[in-house]
Amino acid sequence: MIAIVDYGVGNLFSLCSSFACIGAEAVVTGDADVIAKADKIILPGVGAFGDAAKKLRDAGLDQVLIREAKAGKPLLGICLGMQMLFEKSYEYGEHDGLGLIGGAVRPIDELTRGTQKIPQIGWNALHFPKDKPVSPLWKHIKEGDFVYFVHSYCAVDCDPSLIAWTEYGAPITAAVQSGNVYGCQFHPEKSGEVGLSILRAFCEI
Amino acid sequence: MITKRIIPCLDVRDGRVVKGTNFLGLRDVSSPVKLADYYSRCGADELVFYDITASAEGRALFTDILREVASTIFIPLTVGGGINSVDDFDRVLKCGADKVSVNSGAIRNPSLIGEAAKKYGDQCVVLSVDIKRVDGVFHVFAKGGREDTGMEAISWIKRGVADGAGEIVVNSIDTDGVKGGFDLEMLQAVCDAVSVPVIASGGAGCAEHFTTLFKTLPGVDAGLAASIFHFGEVAIPDLKKQLAAEGIPVRII
Repeated sequence: MIAIVDYGVGNLFSLCSSFACIGAEAVVTGDADVIAKADKIILPGVGAFGDAAKKLRDAGLDQVLIREAKAGKPLLGICLGMQMLFEKSYEYGEHDGLGLIGGAVRPIDELTRGTQKIPQIGWNALHFPKDKPVSPLWKHIKEGDFVYFVHSYCAVDCDPSLIAWTEYGAPITAAVQSGNVYGCQFHPEKSGEVGLSILRAFCEI
Repeated sequence: MITKRIIPCLDVRDGRVVKGTNFLGLRDVSSPVKLADYYSRCGADELVFYDITASAEGRALFTDILREVASTIFIPLTVGGGINSVDDFDRVLKCGADKVSVNSGAIRNPSLIGEAAKKYGDQCVVLSVDIKRVDGVFHVFAKGGREDTGMEAISWIKRGVADGAGEIVVNSIDTDGVKGGFDLEMLQAVCDAVSVPVIASGGAGCAEHFTTLFKTLPGVDAGLAASIFHFGEVAIPDLKKQLAAEGIPVRII
């Protein structure tokens, strides 16, 4: 069973529908016990980092996620949920993340310097780092497949955990993995068949 | 490299897809769920649903259909039509919409854009503007293109972006339904004024119109059309092949 963490942030409709479509059992929950019993965890999120991180802490779920991830349970953060895996975010101030993956979250514009529209909205191609084995998350997809992005901030200083990047005026972190902890900046639940294949691969880990 | 998006627009009334010519003389096309599924398989990059229903019963029917579409199709969905309040945002987002498009509702209550952007994020708020030339000036029209608000369009769009609109749909009433090509002059003016994604709407009659759009105006991010897709005059896979052959980045599935 997959626990989709509900902490009052974001729209979980499509995520639930996606798991139903690939035949995986998923529950939306804010209950620490249910999360602890689940086989895998999805950390979704849309909106502002500071507000979301506070809601996660207020719900007492940050420590649950850290404990479960450190115990080896597969965890996938999506979009803002991915950004929350990092140590820090500099979205409107400075905020602490879960610290499960080394690196920080900064405005895309610091990399693209006014050359690109912000937010990045739309379909962009995934590129895999040449110097690493392909992540199990990409088991059913291939280099160059398109996924759907909507974001104004991106992860930086995370080369050791980078498993995919995308080109948007500069190389932008598209996905990360550190052991059993995974993160996608894009929305697999909005990325058509490619996105469903990524979720299926996560279910199979 | 980010790709140019091709977006079929489905006008829905009482649960069925319709399309007007210059917003008048609606014709029934097909089932929204069937059309959405068809477009998703063809490689549409996003779908827009405009709810042109007036009655409360029709609205409830629309949210049922939206829920059905959103649970079977996994590409971004934008919903517009009858969005007058943050509660309306809430209603359609809960049914699986990813973005919400405001038009007349924002004209009546300009603070709607800011309130919604604060609650759901800029990326969720799409400002759709129906624009027509009046004595050589771009005017914003309300109520499905029937009423001249007298407002100048570019300053209205700039204000919307400043308030938090994350994307702009530019619908030219002058070219809508004429199938003579997108309104490049109008789109240029909008692209010059704002730095958020711009979606071109109104006037597409053939694949070449999309090629011209993206080649002439690199600042346009997406092309939206309805009837040419619904009636099979332009097939999305062929359109994308043609765009790719012209060197325009598109998602080929």
